[in-house]
Amino acid sequence: MAADYVALLPAAQMLVAAIVVLVLDLFTPADEKGVLVWTSLAGLALSAWVALRFRGAEGAFGNTLLLDGFAVFFILVFAVVAALTILMSVQYVRESGIREGEFYVLILLSAVGMIIMASANDLILFFIGLETMSIAVYVLAGMWRSRAESAESAMKYFLIGAFATGFFLYGIALIYGATGSTHLDRIAEALGGPQAALLLTAGVFLVLVGLAFKVAAAPFHFWVPDVYDGAPTPVTAFMAVAVKAAAFAGWARIFLHQWEPLRDEWTPAVKALAILTMTLGNVLAVTQSSVKRMLAYSSIAHAGYLMIALVAGGEVGAQALLFYVVSYAAMTLGAFAVVAALKADDREGAAYADFAGLGYRKPFLAMAMSLFMLSLAGFPPLAGFTGKFYLFRAAVAAGHTDLAVIGVLNSLVSVFYYLRVILMMYMQEGGVEAKSFRGAPYLYAAVGFTAVATVYLGILPTGALYASLGAIASLR
Amino acid sequence: MTTNLLRWIPLLPLAAAVLNVFFGGRWGKRFAGILASAAVFGSFLIALRVFMLLSPDAVLRDTLYTWIESEPFKAQVSFQADALTAVMLLVITGIGFLIHLYSTGYMAHDEGEARFFAYLNLFVFFMSVLVLADNLLLFFVGWEGVGLCSFLLIGFWYEDPANTTAGNKAFIVNRIGDFAFLLGMLLLFWEMNRLGVPSLDFAALKDAAARIAPDTAVLITLLFFIGATGKSAQIPLYVWLPDAMAGPTPVSALIHAATMVTAGVYLTARLNFLFVLAPYTLSLIAIIGAATALFAGTIAVAQNDIKRVLAYSTVSQLGYMFLAAGVGAFSAAVFHLFTHAFFKACLFLGAGSVIHAMGGEQDMRKMGGLRRRLPATYWTYLIAGLALAGIPPTAGFFSKDRILLEAYASPHGSLALWLVGWITAGLTAFYMFRQLFLVFHGTSRAPESVQAHVHESPAAMTIPLIVLALGSIAAGWLALPSRDVWDPWLQAVLGRSNPAEHGEAVNETLLVALTVGIALVGIAAAYFLYGRERRVREDGPLWGTLAQKYYIDELYDFLFVRPFTAAANWLARAFDPGIIDGAVNGVAGLVRGISASGRRLQSGNVQHYLFAFLIGTILIFVYWLRR
Amino acid sequence: MSDPFFPVLVLFAFAAVVVLALLFIAQTVGPKRMTAVKADPFESGNPPQGDARIRFPVHFYLVAMLFLIFDLEVVFLYPWAVSFRRLGVFGLVEMGIFLLIVVIGFIYAWKKGALDLD
Repeated sequence: MAADYVALLPAAQMLVAAIVVLVLDLFTPADEKGVLVWTSLAGLALSAWVALRFRGAEGAFGNTLLLDGFAVFFILVFAVVAALTILMSVQYVRESGIREGEFYVLILLSAVGMIIMASANDLILFFIGLETMSIAVYVLAGMWRSRAESAESAMKYFLIGAFATGFFLYGIALIYGATGSTHLDRIAEALGGPQAALLLTAGVFLVLVGLAFKVAAAPFHFWVPDVYDGAPTPVTAFMAVAVKAAAFAGWARIFLHQWEPLRDEWTPAVKALAILTMTLGNVLAVTQSSVKRMLAYSSIAHAGYLMIALVAGGEVGAQALLFYVVSYAAMTLGAFAVVAALKADDREGAAYADFAGLGYRKPFLAMAMSLFMLSLAGFPPLAGFTGKFYLFRAAVAAGHTDLAVIGVLNSLVSVFYYLRVILMMYMQEGGVEAKSFRGAPYLYAAVGFTAVATVYLGILPTGALYASLGAIASLR
Repeated sequence: MTTNLLRWIPLLPLAAAVLNVFFGGRWGKRFAGILASAAVFGSFLIALRVFMLLSPDAVLRDTLYTWIESEPFKAQVSFQADALTAVMLLVITGIGFLIHLYSTGYMAHDEGEARFFAYLNLFVFFMSVLVLADNLLLFFVGWEGVGLCSFLLIGFWYEDPANTTAGNKAFIVNRIGDFAFLLGMLLLFWEMNRLGVPSLDFAALKDAAARIAPDTAVLITLLFFIGATGKSAQIPLYVWLPDAMAGPTPVSALIHAATMVTAGVYLTARLNFLFVLAPYTLSLIAIIGAATALFAGTIAVAQNDIKRVLAYSTVSQLGYMFLAAGVGAFSAAVFHLFTHAFFKACLFLGAGSVIHAMGGEQDMRKMGGLRRRLPATYWTYLIAGLALAGIPPTAGFFSKDRILLEAYASPHGSLALWLVGWITAGLTAFYMFRQLFLVFHGTSRAPESVQAHVHESPAAMTIPLIVLALGSIAAGWLALPSRDVWDPWLQAVLGRSNPAEHGEAVNETLLVALTVGIALVGIAAAYFLYGRERRVREDGPLWGTLAQKYYIDELYDFLFVRPFTAAANWLARAFDPGIIDGAVNGVAGLVRGISASGRRLQSGNVQHYLFAFLIGTILIFVYWLRR
Repeated sequence: MSDPFFPVLVLFAFAAVVVLALLFIAQTVGPKRMTAVKADPFESGNPPQGDARIRFPVHFYLVAMLFLIFDLEVVFLYPWAVSFRRLGVFGLVEMGIFLLIVVIGFIYAWKKGALDLD
């Protein structure tokens, strides 16, 4: 009985951390909220440590909750991403009158959901994780209550999210009807035997749609620009990185691993989605006038790149997926952190024009931003290049050369809008004043960390690659 | 042979660049330049040492660590230096150092000095990575890196929007080339995978080259050549280079004349074992090279901007190099690259000195008579000009002569190729001396206020000029007919090409005489038309066409730029209701158009999104089932 | 007709038929005597028209929501109480954790002033 709980520990510990911060918030005076930041970070670190310590523990609740290397890999990603999100939001939250304590609690709670998503080996449990995460993020999007766009963002996200949830749940029901179980192991066993083909196909398809919505794949992407644009910038970063990573974790475990026998069924559809997603994301990003909105489209395009790995499949594809998730996390979080640094008291400093001349006023921020932009565009030797190299290589190795070529073409297009930011920073005058280091040490720590990670993953990718490979191997 | 010397060649400039970025502003103005120059000089000394260590068939290796590894593929951050690399390194660091030194004088009055030297150092770093790389992937790192530095430096004086536009143009045109390069790399990797050697190391490529399918080799080399036309400014992607002259003059000298633009030539030389497998590509290279040489040469005749003449001249000379590579004479191509680096750097720096003296004026019609006021600049300019025109005994004579000889007599050569090269030689001499006479001879056409300030440049600028001028003479002596040390040095890497052995018998002396003859005719023509006060009238439709560069920019604008912008705008309107506030614009109209048949929509975007969601779901499901 | 889901299809069809039939009957058989009140859209008792910016006691909604949460908590207690002996200590501890979380929520709501009714 006791062994049952070990696999649950990281999620449980994260939940405890969230509750502790919630209670602590009630009893700390307004000018000492810094302790909440440190408590949250400690909770995240503890969860990560617990996950590492008990890696490979027996599956809990009849193997519906696993703590295999794959889950641990993603738990670490979520913990780091959540920690960076908190670091970049401290200043932001205080300036915009967002309730600080609740903000961190919600980040931690959504991390609980993500951990369950990465560990779940049962569709119902996965769904519970998905909802835990989503509901917390819906609220986060609307936390800046004095800003109308923020409320609009939360509302839209909630409505469309609920819609997509319906699809997902319906898919689970159909799959249960076809195979008689929601447990992924049982479903995998049933795939070998006789089955109601159309029912299963429809179920798999609807689950696919539910996940495609969460990663913002076209044509389920229409909400993204509005929602990402309206939400507070750190929340946008969290949505673009952590939520997407969690959905891809599910996608990898469910589709790449458990539903491997159905590959030929779903691959063409995912391939079509991948092509549509990256093309639409990149082309539409070109005409944006706000960097935040451009980054929203960029995150759509990157969802498309990541889907290349799903199409490629196999160990090579899965490894490329995991590595790219990490690279994408580093560069995207960093870019959003710089956008957050430009926030003036009452408005977002997210237009292209706001970046003008940043290279002279804040050389460090501008240089970090240049790194992120170049990396997102896929310049060697940065994280984005190594990641894309693996993605395209996996695609070629799996015989999807056309996909690789379209990917290369797309990253060519993407250079136009990423470079515009650099152009603004170094070759224009004006713009808004960024926060000084003195006022925002947390924020600068986040920017510095992601910048170092972006370079490190590009120059020395071997460590992360081995970690990815280990995570994949633990699935078998 | 392994050594850990090689890594320091790129690392020194990188370290200096980082220091200059972070501290350059604080340590005083002079310091940035001194630090940057010292770093490149250090690299030069190491390159010299490497050169001493090498013998023609030896290869030095320096492996830092494994960069990308996924069995069975492996890419290392590993440097190699063979005879070809050594030559390139000496050019990059040697001429690079002189240009750094020159810049300390040239940029002394500029505010962004530290930033300038940081970029310049970064460029040297990427360029040396490019030539030191022992695999295509690392080569690509350098390839992209130099492009980026070039972009940053063209737009260095960002206050003028024309400069940023030029930077953008360079970048976009180069991306077209890079795309082809990436595709070529992908295809090459695919082919190597098929052969059971999943590697992109140059050594492995060379070993496996013979087994590559001929058709595939043609496609791969074609893609690589398109990449090279971007970086090395050949038809049809040459348009960015003349505009790139908007950057500071030392940048034009270093990046857009002496080093970066030769990266394409280096690529063909480095992969010569692939190119010789594809005779079709080779002949295309030769034709494009010859055509570019002639085409750019004619444009150069009609330009009035002192740097633009040199820019088109660079395009033209790069054409010569590709012509040589195209007829299989890689050694001759690299030789011209080597000598050209000296005299073109000298010319650009001389032009910079003139511009400096004239207070920023670049129009040759407003110069004249500077010979006496700028003696050091004049004499070095004259020597480099003679070298460009190919007058013996300067370096340009030897290298150009060799290319023309190969163009005629090599197994891949022909009379037509030679003829084009020969005519271009005459044009080259003509436009070069038209410029020389316009700038330095006659009487001054500048306003009084400018004339009063004309002065010779400081020693930091004239010393590099003198060294480069000496190089413009002496560099050619490496390949004296009687004592040729050049070919034996590169033979192991680039293969042997000696027309006398396997081509048809040619009268070498006659060819040399013809080449020198037409160059002299060109100079004489320039003298009669521009040398004295009597200047010809420059008008008529032909002159206009040349002065407007055959209207190629306008053509590209019409063919590519406008349709792309229009398409992007249309897509933005047609596919994203989110961009446009409200439902007024055409896009929401599209969504509404589709939905009108099924539903009455209330205004408000969420409904649109949900509807798109639903339609998308159904379409994909139908696609899934129908397949 | 061996498909086990055939009855489900029948159910769907039956439901559709019943709904359509009822609508049809109401439309044709029922008398139509419109009054202003009857013609109003039904909005759970709120006036359907008027200015959206009306003042209303927000605490009413807050208390309603809190009531919902703590009411549902009790719903969870019932099944546990029914099978209390079978679940044993495990069940007791589980329920303790559950109640603890709910109590923390209660404290939170209290401290935030959600229960102050003035």
